[in-house]
Amino acid sequence: MSEIDVGLEVNGEQVRARCQPHDTLLALLRYRLGLTGTKEGCGEGECGACTVFMDGEAVDSCLVLAAQCEGRQVTTIEGLGRGWPDGLHPVQKAFMETGAVQCGFCIPGIIMSAADAITRRSDAAREEVRRLVAGNLCRCTGYTKIFDAIELARDRVARGEVRPEA
Amino acid sequence: MPGSGPTYPLATMPPDDPTPTPTHTVGQRLERLDARAKVLGTARYADDLTFPGLLHLKVVFSTQPHARVLAIRTDAARRAPGVRAVLTAKDCPGENLIPLVLPDLTLMAADRVRFVGDPVAAVVADTPEAAHDAARLVEVDYEPLPAVFDVLEALRPGAPVVAPPISGPAGHGGANTAPNLFNLLEVKKGDLAAGFEAADVVVEQEYRTPYQAHAYLETQGMTCVPEPDGVFAVYGCMQCPFYVHEAVARVLGVPRHRVKVIQVGTGGGFGGKEDVPSIIAGLAALGAWHTGRPVKLVLSRKEDFETMSKRHPALVRLKVGAKEDGTLTALEEQLWLDGGAYATLSPVVLYRAVTHAAGPYRWPAVHVTGHAVATNKVPCGAFRGFGTLQVIFALESILDELAERLGIDPLDLRLKNAVRVGDALGTNQALTESVGFIETLERAAEVSGYREKRERYRTWQEGPKRRGVGLGCLLYGVGLGAKGKFIDRTGAHVQLYPDGSCAVSIGNAEMGQGLRTVISQIAAEELGLEFSKVQTFDGDTSRVPDSGPTVASRATVMAGNAVRDACGQIRRELRAEAGLMLGVEPDALEVFQTWVRVKAAPERRVAMNDVIARAAHARRALTASGFRLPADTWWSDDEGQGKAYEVYTYATNVCEVEVDVETGESRVIALTAAHDIGRAINPTLAEGQIEGGALQGLGFALTEEVHIDQGVIKNPRFATYIIPTAMDSPELKAVIVEHPYSGGPYGAKGIGEPPIMGIAPAVTNAIKAATGARLFECPATPERVTEAMKAQGVAARDEVAV
Ligand code: FES
Ligand code: FES
Repeated sequence: MSEIDVGLEVNGEQVRARCQPHDTLLALLRYRLGLTGTKEGCGEGECGACTVFMDGEAVDSCLVLAAQCEGRQVTTIEGLGRGWPDGLHPVQKAFMETGAVQCGFCIPGIIMSAADAITRRSDAAREEVRRLVAGNLCRCTGYTKIFDAIELARDRVARGEVRPEA
Repeated sequence: MPGSGPTYPLATMPPDDPTPTPTHTVGQRLERLDARAKVLGTARYADDLTFPGLLHLKVVFSTQPHARVLAIRTDAARRAPGVRAVLTAKDCPGENLIPLVLPDLTLMAADRVRFVGDPVAAVVADTPEAAHDAARLVEVDYEPLPAVFDVLEALRPGAPVVAPPISGPAGHGGANTAPNLFNLLEVKKGDLAAGFEAADVVVEQEYRTPYQAHAYLETQGMTCVPEPDGVFAVYGCMQCPFYVHEAVARVLGVPRHRVKVIQVGTGGGFGGKEDVPSIIAGLAALGAWHTGRPVKLVLSRKEDFETMSKRHPALVRLKVGAKEDGTLTALEEQLWLDGGAYATLSPVVLYRAVTHAAGPYRWPAVHVTGHAVATNKVPCGAFRGFGTLQVIFALESILDELAERLGIDPLDLRLKNAVRVGDALGTNQALTESVGFIETLERAAEVSGYREKRERYRTWQEGPKRRGVGLGCLLYGVGLGAKGKFIDRTGAHVQLYPDGSCAVSIGNAEMGQGLRTVISQIAAEELGLEFSKVQTFDGDTSRVPDSGPTVASRATVMAGNAVRDACGQIRRELRAEAGLMLGVEPDALEVFQTWVRVKAAPERRVAMNDVIARAAHARRALTASGFRLPADTWWSDDEGQGKAYEVYTYATNVCEVEVDVETGESRVIALTAAHDIGRAINPTLAEGQIEGGALQGLGFALTEEVHIDQGVIKNPRFATYIIPTAMDSPELKAVIVEHPYSGGPYGAKGIGEPPIMGIAPAVTNAIKAATGARLFECPATPERVTEAMKAQGVAARDEVAV
């Protein structure tokens, strides 16, 4: 099958990659660009492990065709902490601190969803927080410490305790 | 009625052992070693690895539940673009066998397939797509054979034979002497007839529990890399590197030093990465052998779901008796576990099931008969809890029925019969220490507000909503026990560097539970180092001794003890050096936090860092290997008794549900889980285990069900096999109770499995309290709850409450 050429911005850098017409954005990131932080848990839009930002919004990258990404802006877990102190987005830091990480396989996806959520809804209560990450499955944690982490990050950002570095 | 019986005073239980000395890392809520890599996305899992010249393997699975294989036509697949090899059973250079308890599991089916999902052929190609396309060109001619899908039918004379009689190595609990019976085990204690004779009330019921899929977020994956020196290196996700090591060596027919297995980041195991990774690795290794290139096999979600092991469905017939005052007198149980097409771990799962069937209670008389049965379905193996969820569901359900008949509150019935130090279990094993069961009952009741809610919810209603609280208790034998002791040992390697930092290698696996962190904490404590100075590495079979499987909640105890053994050797050197520095005999010294000090004069001390620097300069041996065997256990098949496990953990779950009696929908409002784990090395990690296990247990209790028809799994995806989401996570309260175990590091007993084990009956007992309807089968789907209400003639609360 003839390959196609896609140009897009990934984590702030312009990249061009060759891929198959049926390749997903997930496959492009993982196997063409070597950005393996984004995970595949199902490949069918059912687990959220592959969540990335496309033009600033969280999407399941296993449901997006690479060919549709021409000219788009994509942020992955590898780029999320860019510009934050110590290279860690507040959500990443909070996940470390509260013990929200176990096997870690769901974590990049959940962190992307949570980062998206607290940017949009800095006043989200726990019920809301639940809903915002309900599309991300985690089989290890029981979610309790994940909620704690998201709320911690939400509060720190809302109170202005942590800001991106200039 | 519930709550109206006598109330037993809550005893205050002193700990069985003195508290260990103050510690500086053990018992602390330290951040996981791997947290940073995991939040940054840099942690590497099976499919994240790549190698030059990598090829991809696709498996052709059987589409038949039971059939003779007449021919496998591979020509078209071989000619397909990008294909490097098409392999079948006859291409195994060594044995076509995955060694486990019984020697019955083939890597690839040779002349017969026994379930839908048996591997038949493997295609190796340049890309995953090419392998996938070519696999569809492999044609298999089957001659269908009669198949059997039900455990009782499989044991009837004349049933299709899935598993012919075969015997395993002596003592491993396997030896199916009759067709389709992987093994039969009994537990016998006391005089059963006399026990029932003495009872004022006898209850008899039948219970069923379903399949459960592990649904780890990362599917199975392995890469095998042929190295220039003739070694086959295997990288992937797994719980048991040494199982994989043996399997690959046997499949390739090479000595074991020609194989090296390295566990990489493992995205959840829960038992599902205990035995089956050997199959995945065996196939990848076969591909690498034939092509001379690295070969990767990663299963799709659907493949993983359809072909990998599951929790055993069970049928339990249970009869119990008690005196009027609640004293238990006798328990009789018959149990059938559906093992599927191959024995895999069924014989040992059955062992755990029968030895746990009587729970943490005093029974004068017990008779349990368990069968592990072969059917033409997906093989069932290890899943967190390992045969216990099935018997706990039955026991904890029937105890509530008994309590109701006796007019005693379920909590009081349990308190009255709970084991303490000095009592004997149903296996007649005497408990000599570390029995915190009663404290878990008390703490769970207190934290959840059990008594008050029990009272309040009796009349509570809001439209069609009713509420109830329920209990689910358990004990759990830590480690492999008497049937697994032949492979139960653990090693570790500890290396201290002159700068006071330390590398620890262990043979057990990190799969998310936090083992590496816990081991670093133990080593730091033992050697007087800051936690940040210790790095624990994942297992590489060429560097650490065979440490057995990372299962059975054994790793903290076993690897922890091996690390303590190694550190003890190094500490002797450090004390000798410190003795020179302080001018005293080494025996007069002790390591306290990050110092070495004189026991009799603690103010005379030297910093451990200085001691290490001098000891290194003096060329002392600052590296050591540790090795540990578990405390001895034994089991007599004939007597049906023994010291089944070295020590037990105990737990009580209190579940609070709200049921809509019109729709049958149940919502868990809160769940309190109190666990006696001996000692929490890292409370945050222990809570994580409790919370995560509890939610998996809620999945088992409420939504998770594998629909299987004529051996075909109908719902192999997350959209149709429903695991709990963030919306389903109730308020989870983890309560840690510590009755230290003298044989565990710092008193620890382990925590991996118990959190999932007693959840389902806590839920269904709460549903019963809320609606008056008893469920004899889980999951408690709305249909089942509605049906039970109808069948038991309970339309609304008013008709059941008095
Ligand atoms: S991998 Fe994309 S949603 Fe599961
Ligand atoms: S941490 Fe393992 S799936 Fe979430």
